[in-house]
Amino acid sequence: MIKLVFFARLRETLGCDALTLDLDKPATAAEVIERLKVREPHWRQALDDTRLLMALNQQMIKPDAEVRPGDELALFPPVTGG
Amino acid sequence: MTGQVQVQTGDFDVGEQYRALLASGADSGGLALFIGRVRADEGADPVVALELEHYPAMTERSLQALVGQAQERWALDQVSVVHRVGRLSVGDQIVFVGVAAAHRREAFAAAQFLMDKLKTTAPFWKKEFRRSGASAWVEAKASDEAAASYWA
Repeated sequence: MIKLVFFARLRETLGCDALTLDLDKPATAAEVIERLKVREPHWRQALDDTRLLMALNQQMIKPDAEVRPGDELALFPPVTGG
Repeated sequence: MTGQVQVQTGDFDVGEQYRALLASGADSGGLALFIGRVRADEGADPVVALELEHYPAMTERSLQALVGQAQERWALDQVSVVHRVGRLSVGDQIVFVGVAAAHRREAFAAAQFLMDKLKTTAPFWKKEFRRSGASAWVEAKASDEAAASYWA
């Protein structure tokens, strides 16, 4: 099991701020997103946005990073603070 | 060499922040303070407010990491970063970056580094609310990305 969290425009588009996904062995972040698209086909377009950023356990990562059971994977648009 | 970061809904007092930076001691000959505010973006439909969303579990940690990077690059006596979240009105202060160093060059450079990196890596998102009632998420700017990559 892993926790997925979404922020800002992506959170609004999906209508969801967090969910859990079954994961019994390590997979890359990109694979996790593919699995999410299968589970929630209507999210495909929003999740295909190549500008989306990812953080694993609160650290920015690239899509090939390894996600393990118990991790928190965050997906969000480019940041606009400051 | 210390650094502190704070994420808060309330306003911050620049005078208080300045005095805290001064506590670094008499050897800090140069202090750079930057304050970012909510811009009206005047036009047919000006901005009246912003909503600042963040990723609470990650925000302070990412700011702390940036302060650490600045301290590795330059000899700094004291660093302070304050960022507000929640609903802000036009003219409100959003962000404070303060750097105390022996000389001005390190202070200016570190303050600019912190702002450039914060804008592209810290998990904050702005939503603008305009006078007409329209609202929209602020788009990330390519110029911000370019500014941050200058330091890579």
